[in-house]
Amino acid sequence: MKPASFAYVRPQSWSEAVQLIADGARAGAGTQSLGPLLNLRLAQPETVADLRHLPGYAGVTLADGVVRIGAGTTHAAIEDGAVPGRVGEIMAGVARRIAYRPVRNRGTIGGSLVHADPAADWIAVLPALGGTAIAIGPRGERRLSLAGFVTGIFETTLASDELLRAVEVPVLPSAARWGHWKFCRKVGEFSKATACVLAAPGASPRAVLAALDQPPLVIEDAAALLADPAGEAARIVGSLGELAPWRCAVAQAALRHAAAAASAS
Amino acid sequence: MTVAAKGLGVGAPLRRKEDARFLNGQGRFVGDIMLPGMLEVAFLRSPVAHARLKGLTKPEGAQDSVFTIDDLPGVRTIRANSALPGFRVSEQPALAKGKVRHVGEAIAACVAESRAAAEDLAAACVLDYEALPAVADMRTAALPGAPLLHEDWSINAFLETNRADDVSGLDAIATAKVTRTLRTARQCMAPIEGRGVLAEWDPRLGQLVVTTSTQMPHVTKTGLADCLGLDEGQVRIISPDVGGGFGYKGILLPEEVVLANLAMRLGRPVRWLEDRFEQLTASANCREHHYVITAWADGAGKLLGVECEAIVDAGAYSSYPFGACLEAAQVGSILPGPYVLPLLRCHTVSACTNKPPILPYRGVARTGVCYAMETTLDALARKLGITAQAIRLANLVPPQAMPYRNLVGKVFDSGDYPESLRRAVAAIDLDKVRARQAAGETVGFGLATFCEQGAHGTSVYHAWGIPFVPGFEQAHVRLSPDGVLEVRVGVHSHGQGMETSLAQVAHEVLGIHPDKVRIVLGDTALTPYSTGTWGSRAAVMAGGAVAEACRQLADRIAVIGAALLQVSPAEVAVGDGRVRRRDSDGSVSIADVARTWYRAPQNLPPGVDKGGLEITAGYRPDPDTGTHSYACHAVVARVDVETGGVVLEDYVVVEDGGTLVNPLIVDGQVLGGVAQGIGTALYEEMPFDPDGQPLAATLADYLLPGTTEVPDVRLEHMETPSPWTTFGQKGIGESGAIGPPAAIVNAINDALAGLGVEVMDLPASPSRVLAAIQAARGRTP
Repeated sequence: MKPASFAYVRPQSWSEAVQLIADGARAGAGTQSLGPLLNLRLAQPETVADLRHLPGYAGVTLADGVVRIGAGTTHAAIEDGAVPGRVGEIMAGVARRIAYRPVRNRGTIGGSLVHADPAADWIAVLPALGGTAIAIGPRGERRLSLAGFVTGIFETTLASDELLRAVEVPVLPSAARWGHWKFCRKVGEFSKATACVLAAPGASPRAVLAALDQPPLVIEDAAALLADPAGEAARIVGSLGELAPWRCAVAQAALRHAAAAASAS
Repeated sequence: MTVAAKGLGVGAPLRRKEDARFLNGQGRFVGDIMLPGMLEVAFLRSPVAHARLKGLTKPEGAQDSVFTIDDLPGVRTIRANSALPGFRVSEQPALAKGKVRHVGEAIAACVAESRAAAEDLAAACVLDYEALPAVADMRTAALPGAPLLHEDWSINAFLETNRADDVSGLDAIATAKVTRTLRTARQCMAPIEGRGVLAEWDPRLGQLVVTTSTQMPHVTKTGLADCLGLDEGQVRIISPDVGGGFGYKGILLPEEVVLANLAMRLGRPVRWLEDRFEQLTASANCREHHYVITAWADGAGKLLGVECEAIVDAGAYSSYPFGACLEAAQVGSILPGPYVLPLLRCHTVSACTNKPPILPYRGVARTGVCYAMETTLDALARKLGITAQAIRLANLVPPQAMPYRNLVGKVFDSGDYPESLRRAVAAIDLDKVRARQAAGETVGFGLATFCEQGAHGTSVYHAWGIPFVPGFEQAHVRLSPDGVLEVRVGVHSHGQGMETSLAQVAHEVLGIHPDKVRIVLGDTALTPYSTGTWGSRAAVMAGGAVAEACRQLADRIAVIGAALLQVSPAEVAVGDGRVRRRDSDGSVSIADVARTWYRAPQNLPPGVDKGGLEITAGYRPDPDTGTHSYACHAVVARVDVETGGVVLEDYVVVEDGGTLVNPLIVDGQVLGGVAQGIGTALYEEMPFDPDGQPLAATLADYLLPGTTEVPDVRLEHMETPSPWTTFGQKGIGESGAIGPPAAIVNAINDALAGLGVEVMDLPASPSRVLAAIQAARGRTP
């Protein structure tokens, strides 16, 4: 479990980072997923570009009703309140239950999104919050909806020569109601079913069902789920295609619990 | 020997002497040791479970850095035979020869300046093989026609055993009969420190020095000398701090044989450190049992007989020294448990499969057997309409019957088994559980009672005919010129706190402060021969040996002390660190005795005992059939019917380990064992696909319980001394890991009793529990 030899570089500017990726380097942030892949030799890049020293890579800013979170912001920072307002409360609650604190100390929101493990947390939560990804590549910056960001297991709409620079999340009124429920066999383990529901005043409630070994299912109008959680959860899970009976049951439980929390909170 | 005041001796809850270095990161493990010129080794391991090897192409330019078995002439195969009739001998080559028989079997050793470079070499090797059909299911492995792993065998079975009491009349007289088909999962023992070996050849001494993470340095020495054709004086084994054993390190490793040979061949030190990927994929080696068990009882719940067909998946080879049959062949002798059982019919098979060779994991066969017997007892109780407590109380060996010889010849030394159960049940708020059940909650109460034979010796192991039959355990004590006592023992310590417990034993006899007692272990050059630390034996065996050596040393000290006090030896007594005249206040310290003997002998009369102040003494209990600790585990568990998840709400252990040498250490042993038992019950499982591929390659897939999964276990002790040991102590190291699967699944089944279903297979994962619930409801969502 020692990685194959690779070159380690630490780009100091975004243009340098983009060039490194264009030249075939593998981007690394907190390396909580890349590290094991390297050690198991499942990934054998010639070069790893450590993005953590890029200007503005980590950090949170608030402007014009939008929270911008640098891709290199750690789960721990989010857990500790780096994100302001109601969005921050919601995200801190999610971050608190990502893996274990040592993982959260290094793991980043951007790294988690780009790695796109189907059981990961932010790929489920940020679409529910209406988040947007800011990508940067040889053609400059572009904005990607996080609702359709994950296209498969470990696959996203980010082009192979692009980096994730930041995510943007619209601020929420304090009255926004939120439900998030996931099933882990152990504290800190990967989820076997995750659901989140956001019910903000004046907008359709939105729901996401994830961690089912496929891309997250984003439900843009989840009013029916809030009205009839049990029936609608069964219908949604039934529409997903082949799932083991146990995963079906846990997925339905996730939707029901998330809906109940969003109704009560 | 009577036990004195508890100050610092036997019975005192002393904090561990080892803790300072472990808690400060000052422990020294194989992985901490570097030698000048040391090379690192990575193994090329089999990617398939069963294949005929046709060739290996070494990387260009690395011909001299990659070693197959053909490059190690003269290395003998590892053989661990059993004297039991019908045992089939497996030859385990240090590196695969001709065939591979499990995924992860070592094929070639790759040597380089760094581990990463060694792994590069392994990755660049090209292996040519012809895949053979794999034997991955123990239930069909031994059937005629299955592909043979060892081609000179007739079927894939190391051994079958049979006990054939006639149970044919029981149907006619029994009030209740139940039959259950039960299964436990294959597990991978997971000490925090994996295996590790560092070998060097010392040309000055003409000696191989192997530093290895082992529980049994002397056995490793003998086995290694045998495989390498060396005499035992040419082999020294050092086992430094060991980060957990559990049985995983009670073995002569093929890797040890290879590294030792490479060190001699290359003239440079070589090191191999097992990584977690290797450990999980090459060494899932324990616990996999299958039972079809039937039990009959009368109307009061009294057992009339048990019939059992058991298969244990023993893997591909018979490991040294314990062999492939320690589990299956013990099923029959353990099944009666702590109960009075009149009839037992039991057939067992040690199936040979394309999986890593079985090793005895903490509790050995007992964890599986206890699971089978205790869940079957609860099924009987439900059928009879009596409580789990009632059926056990109807069958437990009563205290007035002690010592008690059961139908298979095991002799229980002492204890009040029913009382442990009564106390455990009393500690649980059972009325509240029943009230919650009545209100519709799926919460349940489960029990497991069992006893654990420990420190059993010659008379027991002789019958097994394994390569090592333990005899007298020896300890060497040496009084230093400054009065410090060095105690040298051949057992080892890998979490048991022996450096503290044995210092307490020495203090108990001599009164020397435990801080002034230095325990030396883990080095064959410094310690007397021993079969090592396993089988819950060290507290009894090494404890007894240290006490005996100290007692004999006290006699020598008395002679010298008496001379200094100018009285006869009969007029003095040794204790509390001094030699005292019996008739007056006159005394001399043991330190003064030592200083005089070594440094001022002119002050002694010429005729004083010339034996000196070093003693080696041996100890074996009489009888040596073993101590029996026992316990009752009581659990309250809540089942989430939506997800199949199980929450342990309460966990009580009432344990009797006889006289506790150090209660804090015993608590730690029991709690650690319970954590591992919870792993067996709810989390740990190494699935193999039909091709014999292990499917959990990281700890994200192989789930171990963590601190958040282990409840606050409430632990009560009873202390019934064993009549056969020095202080009345009993072996207790494995006990905690035995009861949890049975107690937890019994609680789950109690919670689900209203649905009329039971969980049969371990671990009781959410998917298995939910499947049982859904089966009850006759639907899937």
